[in-house]
Amino acid sequence: MAKGQGAALDRKKLMADPIMVGTIVVLVTFLTVFILYPLAILLVDSFVGDGGFSLSVFKRIFAMPTFTKAITNTLKVGFLVGILSTIVGLLFAYVEVYVRVGRGVGGLFKVVSMLPVVSPPFVLSLSMIMLFGKAGLITRELLKIYDNSVYGFWGIVIVQSLTFFPVCYMMLKGLLKNIDPSLEEAARDMGASRGKVFMTVTLPLLLPGLGNAFLVTFIESIADFANPMIIGGSYDTLATTIYLQITGAYDKAGAAAMAVVLLSITLLMFAVQKYYLEAKTAATLTGKASRGRMLIQERSVTIPLTILCGLAAFFVIMMYLCVPIGALFPTWGYKYTPLTFKWFGQVFTKYKGLKAFRDSFVLSLIASPITALLSMIISYLVVKRKFKAKGFIEAVSMLAMAVPGTVLGVGYIRGFSGGLFHSSDWGIFASELVENGQVVREAGALSGLFPNGILGGIYGSAAILIIVFVVRSLPTGTRSGISALRQIDKSIEESAYDMGADSLTVFMTVTLPLIKDSFLSGLVTAFVRSITAISAIILLVTPQFLLITVQINEFAEKGSYSIACAFATILIIITYGSVLLMNLVMKFFGTSRKLKEDE
Amino acid sequence: MAKEKKGVRLEHISKIYQDPKTKKDFYAVHDTSLEIAPGSFVTLLGPSGCGKTTTLRMIAGFESPDEGEIYLGGEPINALTPNKRDTAMVFQSYALLPHYNIFDNVAYGLKLRKMDKETIKKKVMDILKLVGLEGMEGRMTNQLSGGQQQRVALARALVLEPGVLLFDEPLSNLDAKLRVSMRTEIRRIQQEAGITAVYVTHDQSEAMALSDQIIIMEKGVVAQIGTPQEVYYHPSNEFVADFIGEANFLRGTLVSADTADIGGHKVAVAASGHHVGGACTLVLRPESAVLGDKGQLPCKVILSCFMGSYQNYHVMVGDTLVKITDFNPKNRKVYQVGDDAWVAFTSEDVHVL
Repeated sequence: MAKGQGAALDRKKLMADPIMVGTIVVLVTFLTVFILYPLAILLVDSFVGDGGFSLSVFKRIFAMPTFTKAITNTLKVGFLVGILSTIVGLLFAYVEVYVRVGRGVGGLFKVVSMLPVVSPPFVLSLSMIMLFGKAGLITRELLKIYDNSVYGFWGIVIVQSLTFFPVCYMMLKGLLKNIDPSLEEAARDMGASRGKVFMTVTLPLLLPGLGNAFLVTFIESIADFANPMIIGGSYDTLATTIYLQITGAYDKAGAAAMAVVLLSITLLMFAVQKYYLEAKTAATLTGKASRGRMLIQERSVTIPLTILCGLAAFFVIMMYLCVPIGALFPTWGYKYTPLTFKWFGQVFTKYKGLKAFRDSFVLSLIASPITALLSMIISYLVVKRKFKAKGFIEAVSMLAMAVPGTVLGVGYIRGFSGGLFHSSDWGIFASELVENGQVVREAGALSGLFPNGILGGIYGSAAILIIVFVVRSLPTGTRSGISALRQIDKSIEESAYDMGADSLTVFMTVTLPLIKDSFLSGLVTAFVRSITAISAIILLVTPQFLLITVQINEFAEKGSYSIACAFATILIIITYGSVLLMNLVMKFFGTSRKLKEDE
Repeated sequence: MAKEKKGVRLEHISKIYQDPKTKKDFYAVHDTSLEIAPGSFVTLLGPSGCGKTTTLRMIAGFESPDEGEIYLGGEPINALTPNKRDTAMVFQSYALLPHYNIFDNVAYGLKLRKMDKETIKKKVMDILKLVGLEGMEGRMTNQLSGGQQQRVALARALVLEPGVLLFDEPLSNLDAKLRVSMRTEIRRIQQEAGITAVYVTHDQSEAMALSDQIIIMEKGVVAQIGTPQEVYYHPSNEFVADFIGEANFLRGTLVSADTADIGGHKVAVAASGHHVGGACTLVLRPESAVLGDKGQLPCKVILSCFMGSYQNYHVMVGDTLVKITDFNPKNRKVYQVGDDAWVAFTSEDVHVL
């Protein structure tokens, strides 16, 4: 049996379609240069020493107590955050799907799940310090505790759990909705109590999903940079250690090796989550529920659960409200009245706020349509077409999902800096390089392959920031694009193709209109993610660009909480505004509305 | 109506797939050669997994054959993409473009051919009239019933005046009654348009009602090609006999050119070219035999059930179960369970395999 002719014909047909071929070539090049190459060069850097393959760099970093401590710190935090987020997420999801709750509570859920999406990643750290820190509003003013410390392990754990549990909530909600109510009714019918049904039917069915939620938050937690940076204090995680290794110790090879270690951990977790747990989840929970579920109405169940969720939601909302309110107090910790707008004024007068917002806004605005279109094209190719490079495109865009921002940032520095320690356009370090002659020479000797990186020209330009934005939001966009496209019957596109449309026409007249909603939300998600991004970008931004998130991080570190709050508030208003705008646009131009009305 | 009726020729076509579980390659279609005459209605019939849809999709261009060459109107088309082939397909799921109305759905292919607005409008209206959807051109696809959607799918393919029209189980999503009326409709429209049609189905009555020629496929190979009558009365093997209609198989030996021995009873059969003295199987259709007090083979009734237009019998001939449908039983003797009787038929009613 030889498949030669079929494959050759498929290839020939593909080649007859220059737009398709061009798109694939561009995609493969983009993914190789901006995802694979920076990661590969990290590997090269960390394994090359003394002019050949060597583990000396790894030996060196594992001998550093700060690094080994960071590994255990990261894993400890990740583990606990994973568990806490999953439990809280499950509570919320269960209450939403199973329990009859008042309208107000339902609204609360929506707000709580929305907040982390539109806010910059470290907002909760900020409010944690402001509410519970040494000068915290609650600890100091209300409870009169004068030496409470929120910095460190518990600070990170609480803040990250609150930030990430909505992800678990959304995931588990979807799964719970897919459980066929008749399974639980059958168990009830056979004499099981509600508790027994939960323990013997619901929970076992959900178990792979819980594992999935745990791992997803675990990965998010260990990849998180901003929260440990602000609230970690001296408690360093891998992400912050890598950052300090670059910006503080200028140890490029060490940072590369550390990044490789961090990447290995996330990749391992990701592989388990992707290939083991997701398959299991799909196997136990297939298809849709056959009909509506009888919601639990017993007061003995609804009241405690509602109170529990209400308290949690209230706490989360209070944390978020703290930021805009904090920006209104004259001096946080000392003087709370009268409310003032002076910090907002200072953002623009004293701290170049206008430039920061313009830079962030413009760069994100450029990046988001590229991301949205790129992710739709990738999803289209992955779901609807077959060709040789498909596996590659799918795998690499998936890989990007598992790469922590810090790792990508380090890879980009090394890959595109045109010689990090030689060129003066790497502004932040330029002045300090002279004093670090020793390190300079070591670094120079280490870079065996591509000593100066490729595409040196894009370093320090707006282009690299935009590319980082694109690469960082691409996986989310692709994932939602793939699930949107999977719902479209393959034969719809085939029919257009069959009637004489070439692949570009099919994509423009059939595919894109059908996933318009998904495209729009991908656009806004990309914008929101870009404008709130920090982990990779903080390593790459050069002084000619001011980015809001980097500014907020700087002020928060300096302890200028009021000004950080003012920046963050304006940022939240921008992101929330764009989400509102998207909903409005979708309402008036979206396909789903038109189709729904016709039904 | 069609610009030009085109014939389709498949020469030694094979398609190899990989079993997703065992990772082993297998032939989905193996060394299939077919000749479809211009203007004829041909059905590819077979159980699921027999390779009929794969064959159709190779003609359309969605799959590429691993061996062999496909000709459309005498031209080899292996290397052409679906959009360059003079074929139009009606999909099982209709595959209407949900964001367009009926008019735009039908006009889609014409617009791609850069026709002017007036011509497009006229063609679309004409074809909608042919399929009985006048006045519906402004509706969205989800405002139509399944049968109407099917008509749009048909109109959309017909309006392109393709050399060959391809149908991929187009009626399988409709309810039973509609299926019957739609297949008459499809046959009428195909005749009126005078177009070559290749039709895939697993429903043998659909195949019978529609086709000039039926191609029966089994496990990737062609089992028999023939008119509906040929494949029904003269099946080439047990698979075909069993798949088309119901069949009883009586095993025995051929004692002379026109006599078979079934369990010690001599049965007269039509002379066939089979080897005298060898084992043979007689195909007996349930409606070709009746129960009587005398006949060719003795039997015992184990099921007797009144079905309105016929009496349904299950009888044992030796240890072989034979099904008999005795039509119009009103004025005839009805046998009950446990009765002894004879299965009666003529030599013309059995087919020797």
